[in-house]
Amino acid sequence: MDLAKHLADLVRASSITGRERAVANVLLQEWAPLVDEAKLDRLGSYIGLKRGEGSAAELRSLPYPGPETSPGRPGARHSGPPKIMAAAHIDSIGGMVTAIEPGGFLRFTTVGGVDRRLLMAQEVEVHGKRLIPGLVGSKPPHVTTPEERNKQMPVEDLYIDTGLTEAEVRDLVALGDPVLPRYEFREMKNGRYSSRYMDNRASVAALRVALEELKHLRHTADFYAVGTVGEEFGGLPGAVTTTFAIKPDIGIAVDVTFAKHPNSEADSFPLGEGPTIGVGPNCSPKLAKVMRKVAEDLGIHYSLEVMPGSSGTDAWGMQIVRGGVATGVLSIPLRYMHTPVETVDMADIKAAGRLLAHLVARVDAALVEDMTCY
Amino acid sequence: MLLERLSNACGISGLEHEVRDLLRQELAPYVDEMWTDAIGNLIVRKGNGPVKVMLDAHTDEVGYCVGSITEDGYLRLKKIGGLDDRVLPGRQVWVTNQRIPAVLGAKAWHLCSADERGKVIPFDQMYADLGCKDRAEVEELGIEPGSPVYFATTFEHFSDKVVKGKAFDDRAGCAVLAEVLMKHNYPGITLYGAFVTQEEVGLRGARIAAYNLNPDVAIALEGTGSANVAGVDPFDTITNMGEGPAISLMDNSAIPNLRVWEELVRVAKANNIKYQHRRIVGGGTDSGGISLQRSGIPVCTVSTPCRYIHTHAALLNLDDLYGAVNLVHHFLLSVEKGDFRP
Repeated sequence: MDLAKHLADLVRASSITGRERAVANVLLQEWAPLVDEAKLDRLGSYIGLKRGEGSAAELRSLPYPGPETSPGRPGARHSGPPKIMAAAHIDSIGGMVTAIEPGGFLRFTTVGGVDRRLLMAQEVEVHGKRLIPGLVGSKPPHVTTPEERNKQMPVEDLYIDTGLTEAEVRDLVALGDPVLPRYEFREMKNGRYSSRYMDNRASVAALRVALEELKHLRHTADFYAVGTVGEEFGGLPGAVTTTFAIKPDIGIAVDVTFAKHPNSEADSFPLGEGPTIGVGPNCSPKLAKVMRKVAEDLGIHYSLEVMPGSSGTDAWGMQIVRGGVATGVLSIPLRYMHTPVETVDMADIKAAGRLLAHLVARVDAALVEDMTCY
Repeated sequence: MLLERLSNACGISGLEHEVRDLLRQELAPYVDEMWTDAIGNLIVRKGNGPVKVMLDAHTDEVGYCVGSITEDGYLRLKKIGGLDDRVLPGRQVWVTNQRIPAVLGAKAWHLCSADERGKVIPFDQMYADLGCKDRAEVEELGIEPGSPVYFATTFEHFSDKVVKGKAFDDRAGCAVLAEVLMKHNYPGITLYGAFVTQEEVGLRGARIAAYNLNPDVAIALEGTGSANVAGVDPFDTITNMGEGPAISLMDNSAIPNLRVWEELVRVAKANNIKYQHRRIVGGGTDSGGISLQRSGIPVCTVSTPCRYIHTHAALLNLDDLYGAVNLVHHFLLSVEKGDFRP
């Protein structure tokens, strides 16, 4: 498997929050040989099932019924094999067209936490009737005061210049059309890659690595590889709804975290030295311990990421679905988050995927039972 | 397309060899003689008539060079020419003319304080990231202080007429000058094409070329700013992309020679060439350097309007570019016929 090519395919797919179908389609197609079954749920999240040995689980039974008592109490456990779910969100930040101005200039709004410092002169693509390249323009420097030059231009004052006539623009573009940053998927030195949307396709690629690895591992637990929608908008809708449907015993959010670079050392982790394992209220202490043990047994270097409150990942939503889920957070360090030049190290993606696969192989009924014994 | 090859070529001020070599190769079949001088200007001569006309375009572009290499393998940068700090972070760049990929990153938005979010990222906090882990790795790539760093922008068509690329200031001027040389002959005049260096750091190549060539009249060909965009008062647009080549009224470096200016306007009108005036007095062009050589040289600037110049990607309308070619052509015919005597 060419992981770099898979990652390139994933970042190319259009995917602003609320319009994630193109990424889900890549997963339906490319992961078909790796899972026993796959489907998209009603909100558009991808759910792939790799059954454990002897399991008869079927996606058509989703959402799984079950007693609504809290785990740990007698009768709370479902009777089937243990279920572990790993979620990586498939949506990404971007923009949406809000108005067509005289002259054909497009006004737009941001979707998700777009870094407004980087918008000016950004090359973008508008996903209209066809893919339309454009530049983000603003009031030019000669009519800008020195004070304004030290400030960020508000998004309302920016526009997209496509070079097309107003008539062409009105024919090709509709209000609500997605706006994505343009980028070049680039290999850098030392197996590092730079592109838009490494947040969170790097994690999606790690799920693929896990599925590939699981072909060679024996596991009794059912493994659900999930691509969730909506993470960048807030409320973690994809994570909450898929967790409700799957009713997992263990839920892992796979996401990106901050990698160290000059001027950004605090709460950041070295690039290329392995994934991070979250510790804090969002992370089951017992699960974190198992994850660390798996990493150590495999010789995978990792960092501990301290998360004093919300992990800022899907795990925050997954943890409190139904009667509660033992959650963990596995993260891939990434430089320059939410810029069009997000940079990751392929070794970290592979390490995260391997760790996840071997965690799945280690999950059995006893381990699941132990998760509820505080 | 020649403009495409010129835009994709790389050359910061002082390191214009790639652009110079491209022009040398393209123009060889069309000119009588070509040579270079002490500052790296490429001079071509065509024709041997009594009146000497110099057409000027600069080969350098704005960009960066490596200021220093950090111990952990990052590049600190210096600006070459005028660049707006607001448009620099989050971009892909090429390091050296080998085009080694790197990025200009920015601290994650999530980690920025409210104060940092509202402010422009100061240039001294920016650096290029090659993916290298230490200084030795960077040095092995042949990168050293002074190595050029370019915007990683590839030329493309946005529509039949509108194209996007880097360095249209002044590869647009280079394209206009080269097109004139390739399309037309003026045996009645000595036409010098001066592809000059170092405009962006103070109009330096043009001064030397004008001194050496000592022309009777000169025209500086430029790519200039254009702001007929949303939210800008029509009075403030500098030039309007799509409304023809721009004849300068005045800039910070020079007031055009009135006779040359009037003749350009006359031939434009006489030949139904759509033109406009560059309506802002800011900025400088090679005209400023040329006009003060020896005992003074009559000169005017003719520009192709470009939106978003001095950023990594600008737009121009090819009708404006070919309009400039046409305007210069008719000016040269007028000089050749003796209608205009400088």
